[in-house]
Amino acid sequence: MDRLPRWADVALVPFVSLTLAALISALVIIAIGQDPWEAIKVMVQGSVMNAYGWGYTLYYATSFMFTGLAVTVAFHAGLFNIGGEGQAQLGGLGVALVCLFLPWPHWTLALLGASLGAALFGAAWAAIPAYLQAKRGSHIVITTIMFNYIAASLMIFMLVDVLRPPGKMDPATANFPPETHLPSFNEIPGLNLVFTSGVPANVTFFIALAMAVVVWLLLWRTRLGYQIRAFGKSEPAARYAGINPTRIIMITMLISGGLAGLMAINNVMGEAERLLGNSASGAGFIGIAVALMGRNHPVGVVLAALLFGFLFQGGAELGLWTKIPIELRTVVQGLVILFTGALDMMVRMLLTRIFALFRTRKLEAA
Amino acid sequence: MANQSGAEAAYAIELKGISKAFGPVQANKDINIAVPKGTIHGIIGENGAGKSTLMSILYGFYKADAGQIFVNGQLTPIPDSQSAIRAGIGMVFQHFKLVQNFTVLENIILGAEEGQMLNTSLTKARKELERLARDYDLEVDPDALIEDLSVGHQQRVEILKALYRQADILILDEPTGVLTPDEADHLFRILKGLKEQGKTVILITHKLREIMEATDNVSVMRRGTMVATVKTAETSPEQLAELMVGRKVLLEVDKGTARPGEVVLKVEDLRVRDEHKVERLKGISFEIRAGEILGIAGVAGNGQSELLAALGGMQAATGTATLKGAPLPLSGAGSDGQSRRRSGIAHVPEDRHHHGLILDFTAWENVAFGYFNDPRYQKNALFMDNDAIRADTERKMAKFDVRPPIPTLAAKSFSGGNQQKIVVAREMEQNPALLLIGQPTRGVDIGAIEFIHKQIIALRDAGAAILLVSVELDEIMSLSDRIAVMFDGRIMGFRDPEKTDERELGLLMAGVTGKGEAA
Repeated sequence: MDRLPRWADVALVPFVSLTLAALISALVIIAIGQDPWEAIKVMVQGSVMNAYGWGYTLYYATSFMFTGLAVTVAFHAGLFNIGGEGQAQLGGLGVALVCLFLPWPHWTLALLGASLGAALFGAAWAAIPAYLQAKRGSHIVITTIMFNYIAASLMIFMLVDVLRPPGKMDPATANFPPETHLPSFNEIPGLNLVFTSGVPANVTFFIALAMAVVVWLLLWRTRLGYQIRAFGKSEPAARYAGINPTRIIMITMLISGGLAGLMAINNVMGEAERLLGNSASGAGFIGIAVALMGRNHPVGVVLAALLFGFLFQGGAELGLWTKIPIELRTVVQGLVILFTGALDMMVRMLLTRIFALFRTRKLEAA
Repeated sequence: MANQSGAEAAYAIELKGISKAFGPVQANKDINIAVPKGTIHGIIGENGAGKSTLMSILYGFYKADAGQIFVNGQLTPIPDSQSAIRAGIGMVFQHFKLVQNFTVLENIILGAEEGQMLNTSLTKARKELERLARDYDLEVDPDALIEDLSVGHQQRVEILKALYRQADILILDEPTGVLTPDEADHLFRILKGLKEQGKTVILITHKLREIMEATDNVSVMRRGTMVATVKTAETSPEQLAELMVGRKVLLEVDKGTARPGEVVLKVEDLRVRDEHKVERLKGISFEIRAGEILGIAGVAGNGQSELLAALGGMQAATGTATLKGAPLPLSGAGSDGQSRRRSGIAHVPEDRHHHGLILDFTAWENVAFGYFNDPRYQKNALFMDNDAIRADTERKMAKFDVRPPIPTLAAKSFSGGNQQKIVVAREMEQNPALLLIGQPTRGVDIGAIEFIHKQIIALRDAGAAILLVSVELDEIMSLSDRIAVMFDGRIMGFRDPEKTDERELGLLMAGVTGKGEAA
């Protein structure tokens, strides 16, 4: 098979996939009797045309970066961790316990403590499926998805029966103390010149970007990353090289779960400032799409997370300002995932053919 | 396809001026070849000479940049494999394309089903299969599952598949790479039968012996060009080798006498069980001295792989082993690949694709494979020194003449011979006390074989102990200082290569002990 030039592989394929997804989405909007042009205008207007919109887009993107990186790290070890949702919820539990039950003098220290708590709880939730995979051969896809359900039930139990303050009706913890409040973009000197009104995007955004760099360094610059990638490419070869499969599966899944858990500092500590039910609200699953679209590379993940942040925020705007129901957001996301993930090969093959055609033309002309 | 003007066309296949480039690499350059009807035509060349590309063009996998294809004298464009099948061309790939949990019959009709119900096709195929089996000596149980068949039988199913699709021209790509000598002989009998029935066979190989044995004519390819087409009866292996490589090649290994020193590896009562608890190694004992090559001869699957795996730290075993007098753990802690490397054992595995290399990794990443803990490859406690690895790779590539010498190229982009050179360079350059080396020249072209053999001898003369496992008896005979023959997980006996011959070794390989030796 002839190959695509690199720029087409990295940029053109996702672009064509997205255009196709947008076209089908437009057809769906026409089918429900609305104006797709209007819809796009509202989406763009509400998410990237002003600082307020960006404040939400970047907030969502932050969450997706964490979960996308979580999927990416596991993917390089040949493990498909689709338990990011559960791991992020447990991360939320970790954040809540750290913020509620430990005294914090300053938000920086609280952030450090909460990050540890979030990563630890997320990692712990990934540890059991990892152990089952490494020692018993139970497939990680099955176990991680089962653990999402267990996490959901566990969180309901924790919120309703354990952490709910007496006298309150809603299943949520008490508000975190003010010392644990993380600065939002509108409270950060310099940034507050742009973000003048209150937005949910907060300092966690920079932690997410830092994590992308850390993941890149880990995978491509350290011995551990080398072993993870080697193991992911070929387990028999890894065994030949003396790479311990159990060790790699465990460590990789702990890192992956930890990254998914870290998401909680963004939404639980940075935004809600208390732990609510269904705290991850689907970001764990979107992380899979983000990793797929980002080709399992941290740079790609950051870009894909921004795109999904835009879709998430723009979709919410649709529900607010048009007669298009907010559920259409799910349709659009589904189409993006379908085209960038599942139908990626279709677009790729199509483009490969077109490129091959041009190449022979050029040869004939020469 | 019916051939209207068949009487006049003397050639089953005629390729004129075929060229194909992949980016900057010219894989085929103005190739002309004519294959007379009813003959077996060999195409020989080193790995990367362009044989497979040429056949892929003929079978419609690639589109040639220029040139014409004539089938039975008629200009026939072949844009895809369906057109190739319609033109009566069948292909048997090196790696079979069979559904493992389907029966033979189901595999044969796969893609050639007629009508909505399977039964009609199956009944028709069963009859046709009986006829083919009768005519061509191609006995296979039509109801057997593929996964239960031996490799040789699976290959027959591939041939039957092509014949069932009414192929008149059969292309076989490196068909004997996976076969035992016996199975290979049987395959050649089948091919001769096909020829007698008027079929045309194109045999792609890099093994001179097969060309000499089975073909009528032979075309030699070198670096994308067709350098010669000759009648097999009028050529010799030496001449073909020279044509392939472009210079005189030493087919015999030139080595001095061994000067064995102290015992390096001593193994006693080594036993290995596989995952089904079947004993694959049934109590093996031997020793290897410094500066000595112990060759393990045997038909594939008689425990040689397990022997390498156990010593290389890939598989747990029982028994005792010592390396230079120090105990070598055979299971549990200290028996993994990393511990083995630390204790001075290097391992060139039998299967470079599944074990020796990560094909998606670059050459330099592969040079660090297994040695990623090497202090020379670390920048500090945290990070690896990728620049140092790349520099080291450049040095190794130069020393072992790996082509192209580009450390950043993915391992899968190298030809088989060059991939093997990367593995051999990595392991030999560790200056090991003991080198385990399995099938050092499997799927490797003649030029590289000569080179790798020289390196093995050089390492021996430098004082390393070498355990050589190979299914190529010639290789064992010419390299070893002592030969151990394995059969059914046991060593049948030790022989001096100077005082034995292929016949005696062949009998031992089949489990026959002449002099009443204990098995």
